[in-house]
Amino acid sequence: MDSFFLCTGVAICLISLLSLYRSIVGPTILDRIIGINALGTKTTVLLIIIGLLFDRVDMFVDISLAYALLNFITVLASARYFHKKKGLHGESLTQK
Amino acid sequence: MVIVSALLIAVGIFFFFAGAVGVIRFPDFYSRLHPAGMIDTMGLLLSMSGLALYILAHHGLTGPNILTAIKIILIVIFVYITSPTATHAIVDAGIRAGLAPWTKKKNGGNDDDSH
Repeated sequence: MDSFFLCTGVAICLISLLSLYRSIVGPTILDRIIGINALGTKTTVLLIIIGLLFDRVDMFVDISLAYALLNFITVLASARYFHKKKGLHGESLTQK
Repeated sequence: MVIVSALLIAVGIFFFFAGAVGVIRFPDFYSRLHPAGMIDTMGLLLSMSGLALYILAHHGLTGPNILTAIKIILIVIFVYITSPTATHAIVDAGIRAGLAPWTKKKNGGNDDDSH
């Protein structure tokens, strides 16, 4: 079962790279925020799998809970920050 | 019981993969919020319930293991509350900034701005 969790963690890392692609090349700033939000959701699962691999789930579940909370605060704060900016159009977005 | 938890985790990973592909492939950021907000939450629910079931089944039904499983379920409940809230905040910021939704007629049928 340990090898199954190892494969699951590697798969989650590879899927996180797909979300990281969106947050790197996203046309607007909000696309990057979406990518970071999706990546943080996957990281909570990855932290618990790391805890199962290290046999310290009781410690890593607290880290995962704090990470989920921090992810929500980050996304909400950045969305409210760009709420007030009128010129949000990114570098390559041409249509109005 | 371990087989059931492994199946749940595998289905959750599939949902994560589908959400990541949707985040990459959809043409507009309003439509990109759909896989980012919902399918990731579904994958998190399935993966977390599989992990909690594995902890309860494999490590035994003792007090700290039950507490760990309850904390995992708390993470799921928290994400179920906060993920639609974050999605709504992002949509609100996009509408107030004046980003136009993607329409097929405006682009003339080609989706060359989809990356």
